[in-house]
Amino acid sequence: MMTQQDALINYCLRLGDSSLILGQRMAEWCSNGPTLEEDIALTNVSLDLFGQARTMLTYAANLEGKGNTEDDLAYRRSEREYYNTLLSERPNGHFGDTIARNFLHDAFLYHLYTALKNSKDETIAAHAAKSIKEIAYHLRHTGEWVVRLGDGTEESHQKIQQSFDDLWMFTGDLFEMNEVDDILIKAGVAVDLNDIKKNWDSTVNEVLQRATLQRPKDDYMQTGRLQGMHSEYLGHLLTDMQYLQRAYPDATW
Amino acid sequence: MDNIKDNQGDVWEVFVQSKPGLPHKHAGSLHATDKEMALQNARDLYTRRNEGTCIWVVPSNFIVSSLPEDSESFFDPSDDKIYRHPTHYVMPEGAKHI
Repeated sequence: MMTQQDALINYCLRLGDSSLILGQRMAEWCSNGPTLEEDIALTNVSLDLFGQARTMLTYAANLEGKGNTEDDLAYRRSEREYYNTLLSERPNGHFGDTIARNFLHDAFLYHLYTALKNSKDETIAAHAAKSIKEIAYHLRHTGEWVVRLGDGTEESHQKIQQSFDDLWMFTGDLFEMNEVDDILIKAGVAVDLNDIKKNWDSTVNEVLQRATLQRPKDDYMQTGRLQGMHSEYLGHLLTDMQYLQRAYPDATW
Repeated sequence: MDNIKDNQGDVWEVFVQSKPGLPHKHAGSLHATDKEMALQNARDLYTRRNEGTCIWVVPSNFIVSSLPEDSESFFDPSDDKIYRHPTHYVMPEGAKHI
């Protein structure tokens, strides 16, 4: 039987890991952005996400009480111990792929954190209240780009429509729930993702409509984040992100 | 945009207000293809370290500037008119709260 404490630790890892992995993806854009301005915007997002990850991983480490730090959790876990959303680990692809991925993820986090502001867990509520300001900006940024590309040239329209079609099968995973959610929803700590899904749907539909894009049909959905089951891409991302700690454990400077 | 090779958009000038009530000061410039992009780029480039409470962005080609050759006729005539500064005048004795 899972305790509420165990459930809370897992919940914090889900939030922290999703921010960390998407943050790492955005860091890959550093010096590779389509323009100087956008390069800075993309890496700003990365820094925001790393900040959000730190709060949740620090909290998870404290709850565990095993003497771990945020860094231990970030650099010393393997793929199967990560609980990030499958969407967050998707490769950057071209700029439109990144925009589509982040838009879908931003809309999810926006509605999730809006609801978590009322969490009965004070740390999560405070984290949500602080993060929602950053996420609101991320969503505005990606939402405007979706409209620009979708309602842009024939080529940009076709490309970003393809991006949404390719990513759609990973959106079902965002709203999966298990025992952890049951326990924490009862305790007033977590929120029912079915409610978040309704808000996410309306945000996504509104922006896709403005962008003259078709919402892909719900077909096969790849899931796995709740069990720590990931795509082949997470392992590669982790070897990059964790390289220093793996090659030189406990390195300091 | 006429030059097809330059796909970074038009140049915009950014003015940032540091506190409510204070004037907007020129902070720099950036590239953008529309108003919203200009505003967002300005936010990301010029206000990440608590610099501002409000941003103006203006397409650079809407700025009308005086030219270096205007300098003599525009600015030199005020060189010898120190009486245009309030500090030129002696405060009357006994005047308070000025």
